[in-house]
Amino acid sequence: MTKPIASFENLRVEFETKTGTVVGVEDVSFKIKAKETVCVVGESGSGKSVSSLSMLRLVEFGGGKLTGGTLKFTRKSGETLDITKADQSLMRTIRGNEIGMIFQEPMTALNPLFTVAQQLTEGLRTHKTLGKEAAAKRALELLYQVRIPEPERRLNQYPHELSGGMRQRVVIAMALACEPRLLIADEPTTALDVTIQAEILALIDRLKQETGTAVMFITHDMSVVAQMADRVVVMHRGKKVEEGTVEQIFENPKHDYTKSLLAAVPKLGEMKGKLLPEPMRLMGNENTKFKPLSGSDEPLLIVKNLTTRFAVKGGFLRRTLANVHAVEDVSFTLMKGKTLSLVGESGCGKSTVGRSLLRLVEPLSGQVSIDGQNIVTMSPPELRKARLNMQMVFQDPFASLNPQMLLKDQVADPMRNYNTHSGEALDKRVEMLFDRVKLPHSFLRRYPHELSGGQRQRVAIARALALNPKLIIADEAVSALDVSVQAQVLNLMLELQSELGLSFLFISHDMAVVERVSHDVGVMYLGRIVEFGPRSKIFENPQHAYTKALLKAVPIADPRQRRSENDLNFKPLASPIHSLHYEAVPSAYETISEGHFILTTDSGY
Amino acid sequence: MSDMEQRTTQDIIAERHPFIEAWQMFRRNHAAMVALVVLSLIGFGAIFGPLVYPIDPFEMVWTPFSPPGVDGFILGTDYLGRDLLSAIIHGARVSILIGLSAAFMSVFIGVSVGAIAGFYRGWVEEVLMRITEFFQVLPTLLFSMVIVALFGSSLMMITFSIGIVSWTAVARITRSEYLRIRELEYVMASRASGSTDAKLIFKVILPNALPPIIVQAALMVGSAILFEAGLSFLGLTDPNVVSWGQVIGSNRQYILDAGYTVTIPGIAIFITVLCISLVGDGLNDALNPRLRQR
Repeated sequence: MTKPIASFENLRVEFETKTGTVVGVEDVSFKIKAKETVCVVGESGSGKSVSSLSMLRLVEFGGGKLTGGTLKFTRKSGETLDITKADQSLMRTIRGNEIGMIFQEPMTALNPLFTVAQQLTEGLRTHKTLGKEAAAKRALELLYQVRIPEPERRLNQYPHELSGGMRQRVVIAMALACEPRLLIADEPTTALDVTIQAEILALIDRLKQETGTAVMFITHDMSVVAQMADRVVVMHRGKKVEEGTVEQIFENPKHDYTKSLLAAVPKLGEMKGKLLPEPMRLMGNENTKFKPLSGSDEPLLIVKNLTTRFAVKGGFLRRTLANVHAVEDVSFTLMKGKTLSLVGESGCGKSTVGRSLLRLVEPLSGQVSIDGQNIVTMSPPELRKARLNMQMVFQDPFASLNPQMLLKDQVADPMRNYNTHSGEALDKRVEMLFDRVKLPHSFLRRYPHELSGGQRQRVAIARALALNPKLIIADEAVSALDVSVQAQVLNLMLELQSELGLSFLFISHDMAVVERVSHDVGVMYLGRIVEFGPRSKIFENPQHAYTKALLKAVPIADPRQRRSENDLNFKPLASPIHSLHYEAVPSAYETISEGHFILTTDSGY
Repeated sequence: MSDMEQRTTQDIIAERHPFIEAWQMFRRNHAAMVALVVLSLIGFGAIFGPLVYPIDPFEMVWTPFSPPGVDGFILGTDYLGRDLLSAIIHGARVSILIGLSAAFMSVFIGVSVGAIAGFYRGWVEEVLMRITEFFQVLPTLLFSMVIVALFGSSLMMITFSIGIVSWTAVARITRSEYLRIRELEYVMASRASGSTDAKLIFKVILPNALPPIIVQAALMVGSAILFEAGLSFLGLTDPNVVSWGQVIGSNRQYILDAGYTVTIPGIAIFITVLCISLVGDGLNDALNPRLRQR
């Protein structure tokens, strides 16, 4: 039996707040051995990050206090150190040297004022007292190890010159620079697109095999856990609820919380052969009462050749230097009572499509007709009227509600704007809407900051429903929520659809969620729809090269279906910025089967 | 509620309406609380002082240059034998009135310009910000002097001349807040649900943009008082009213022989402006969400 590299024993962390002591982590114990990946999984606020920060003794900088337990760490010399008793000067020689850390946000984890080489060698020169040249040589080695393209050139570049995936590779190289015994990765792929996430996960896994470090991997995403973990620690409200090998956890979960967490995760591919969307599984209410709509074949929204560009301005007189072709020649039709999903990675233009439809950003050309009226050519008063039929639910429930306004006023606001209800009728309707989205009436007189993310998103949905719209555009409406909450909100949306006959334009990057809730799917890349068709066709018989690559990159919440680094084949995302003289080619499509089209002209992929 | 959500640490910290939260934050700043008490006393004295202490500040009541505390005149008399305490009390009315109204004026201009520039962007913003820059590079004291010299030194005109040169900072702060907030999703959501531009500007964005503007406004009161003192020191003041700056100005020749005639109104200005700054600082800490989590 080898000594574990790190072991948490009855860890307890407290935070002092104005309203008293809050326990962040209570009685948490687990071990991490060499060459082992332990995934710590839990929803926001479960204390998973607090545990990792305690190992680095960084939790004190956030106002936390280690009030109980021990943290044993086996140093390179073989001696065992109790981290909780070490003083900060000793910790400085351990942090970044014997314990490496990868943070969530690659955009902010690097200092924008220093080159890659400067940041990579900093740790080497302080901890290993390497000379300038030796450190530079090691930095280059590291960049080769993380398989960054053109490593020599990267050394002298600044972070803003690198893409998100490359930055995260640099962050990983920095964490590995001093050959740490333990690597702590705190949600290292949450901010990345799925194709880049797949690369980074494969990279961390390979590096673990090569260097033999122990990895503590913190995530909220069960699919990532399935891809990465050897062992899993499930945390809930600051406590460890279950621990086991990845197979045990996924195939035979013991604790109810683990079961409910796993139930709520949609698995890509599990909708094979089903025609209609299905409600998300939730523990406790297996028999959901509503039946998803099959929808009609009557078109509600017809989009033809929609193009939206943004000007890149610069220079002395702020002239237009180039154009961002955010949406390029996009056409689709959304039927009444159906859900159409637009999927794609960040920057593909899916959100801009949603905003262009409401003319929250002005489209350059094209036609958007809802019930036969063309929105693009409407005058401002006509547009205001047309927006009665289309409402929007936004991504971030923390940003989409006005922090200074009572919830009932936020829900009543659209009705006041259009004078549809007033006085008592208005109050009644607001109460009815709160009932609809299953929020208690006591929330009417509260402010947004008193609510959790899922509750806020319910308020946002109530607000969108206030005017009885025919179409709701849900722009990444559930991606900021924890899985179980996400499942509840999605089920609420499906239920509202079946009861009110709503149509949804569902904009998302999450393929597994899209597979579950949509009737039709459009896959977007660089501003164009590259493939469009009924959900079953897109997921079971993808035809476009990009759709295939995207589906391959999605991690599946099943430890027996792991992907290896060799399966992945990605090209860096091309830029949608073109010079003023660039003539965009019109999109041409080939029909694969009824209602299933793929782009035949150049997609840029 | 079936939401399996828990309240995280942050939820527990933020429980009440933002402004109640801010007041509790402010109360914990001792310097700002003391300053607020002192300011209230000064304000109280300015309003009710003349009733309690009915000596006319223009009347020559005693021998000139009687030092403080002698012959029953607490703060002494000036070169004409006028009572200094009465001058301070009456002067407080004018100085604070000018400070408040000039600050009000510059906040009004600044918020209007900044809100319109930040909300509409494009050429509107370009034009308004060039105008703002024009006022920023003007030598402010000189410009105010020209206005007062040309249009007369009534209280109104002095207030106007201070207000017109000091709104630029408010405009810039307001604009940057509007630029930030207009991109937030709740503004987009409100627009999508049919709000008019006027509603977005005044009812949706303005309440959320207020905290830094309030702080700047508080500091502006202090600087307007100083500005007025500067103008009246140079003799550009309404001769029919007393203000602290004017007392300093009229006694400046005797600074070596009877220093107290200049120092006493100077101390009055100093204390008032210091207190306003401390309150402004306290407001800044209380309203700045980044500091609030401590």
